[in-house]
Amino acid sequence: MKVRRGFAPTTRPESASTGDDFLPTIDPIVLRLRAGLLRRVREFFDRHGFLEVETPILSADTVVDRHLDPFAVEVDSSAGCHGHLARVSGEEALAGRQRHPCFYLQTSPEFAMKRLLAAGAAAIYQVTRAFRRDELGPLHNPEFTMVEWYRVGDGPDEGMTLLSELAETLLERGPAERLSYREAFEQHVGLDPHTARTEQLVDAVREKQIDAPASLSPTDRDTWLDLLLVDRVQPHLGQARPTILYDYPAGQAALARLRDDDGVMVAERFELCVDGIELANGYHELTDADELTRRNTQVNLQRQLDGHSPLPSESRLLAAMRAGLPASTGVALGFDRVVMLAAGAKCLADVMPFPFDRA
Amino acid sequence: MASFNTSDFRKGLKVQIDGDPYLMIECNFVKPGKGQALYKCKLRNLIRNTVLDRTYKSGESLEAADIEEIDAQYLYRQGELFVFMNNESYEQYELTAQAVDDAWKYLKEGMNCSMVLFNGTPLTMTPPNHVVLRVEYCEPGAKGNTASNVTKPVKVETGADIICPSFVEMGELIKVDTRTGDYIERVKE
Repeated sequence: MKVRRGFAPTTRPESASTGDDFLPTIDPIVLRLRAGLLRRVREFFDRHGFLEVETPILSADTVVDRHLDPFAVEVDSSAGCHGHLARVSGEEALAGRQRHPCFYLQTSPEFAMKRLLAAGAAAIYQVTRAFRRDELGPLHNPEFTMVEWYRVGDGPDEGMTLLSELAETLLERGPAERLSYREAFEQHVGLDPHTARTEQLVDAVREKQIDAPASLSPTDRDTWLDLLLVDRVQPHLGQARPTILYDYPAGQAALARLRDDDGVMVAERFELCVDGIELANGYHELTDADELTRRNTQVNLQRQLDGHSPLPSESRLLAAMRAGLPASTGVALGFDRVVMLAAGAKCLADVMPFPFDRA
Repeated sequence: MASFNTSDFRKGLKVQIDGDPYLMIECNFVKPGKGQALYKCKLRNLIRNTVLDRTYKSGESLEAADIEEIDAQYLYRQGELFVFMNNESYEQYELTAQAVDDAWKYLKEGMNCSMVLFNGTPLTMTPPNHVVLRVEYCEPGAKGNTASNVTKPVKVETGADIICPSFVEMGELIKVDTRTGDYIERVKE
């Protein structure tokens, strides 16, 4: 590939249409670094016996999450979404085909990869593009590169070990230390995030003079926890070496299993942080279809309260879970952020050829 | 009144909070992986110049501030009030000495200034970057001294004192940078 030297402006222009916005924002050296890291990801998983897979980016199913908004895409039947339309009955399908967007750009390849596990795959990984609406900032781009992997039989411990090894391979900043969500909060906030009452969290936010959104409900426990996490905890994580934060509050389980930890339910979920920046999120995967249905219903209720449209509760993942999804641990890694840290850059625009405002 | 949704939030936005105009001087998008998207903003109060830290969550919005930049001519001073005229509408505005601040030093009748209006009333006034002023009074400079590092204060036609090189004489015209208050050069008539 031919790369013109010296094309990259050192800072991103405020406005996109300056006339030279056809140029990439990435420095040619970083473009090479990026390619090298991508190669290392593939070598790493190859070495560990993982199979590289590709799954649909455009799918009728989407992860049902309170705070993730997928781009919905209109697909008519002539474009070949018969399978999906077959799941919707008669008139609804006809009307839907005309007007309703019925496919989604994937916010992660999670559902399809788990369907592969249900079909017998044992250790798979994927390097793919993921899309998230309304996520734009120095550390967010609505389209980004995600590395996601699953290994059947892994528990949280094996999952965290593998993640630590990958982080060490890519960033060369040593193996990760592990810190439980509780320990982190006790250390940096001074309360137990699992047992503290929500009013105590609200008080802690006020006392630490963290500005909270005016419309935030005093009972929205997880967002109050997030305010404390973002302001008081996360900046300390992954400073000396990478940190894996684990055992999340049960309310933030998403698609992770819950475990009774001495009378307190915790989610078997973990995240990798480097320089206070979140790089990866892993779950000891939920395999119980009924539990997923319950969570989906709850999330959709919450989405409606938040003013977001509900997402399809029924999915082929649920069907796969009913048929039997083997136990596994899976992790998603934001590849662009890894490149950013490896390059010593401050924003994603410096490590992508064409960030959103030049896409 | 128009309003901005969190997805419109960016540096440079002019918004209204509790009746005051604010300029968004920073807007950081933060989102814990599975959590609420937050917009951590720094906003400068355009009247009091104080800075406010505010966090918004997606879906919240801010009212747009009715802010307009106009060209205005300085007409005259009446005691503690400075009177300007909108070059387009010919509407007149009175600014207090406090609002005019240091800019009075450079104001000559008929001078074109830029002015920021909030809800139709003047918020700030900025004189041109460079103005030419006549020296009304100064001590005579040492003869033959053309060095510019020897300075003295001179009183200009607006009544302000400007620090000039000592070779500047009474009755001469000097160009001054209004952003720094520095003397730039002598100007021929």
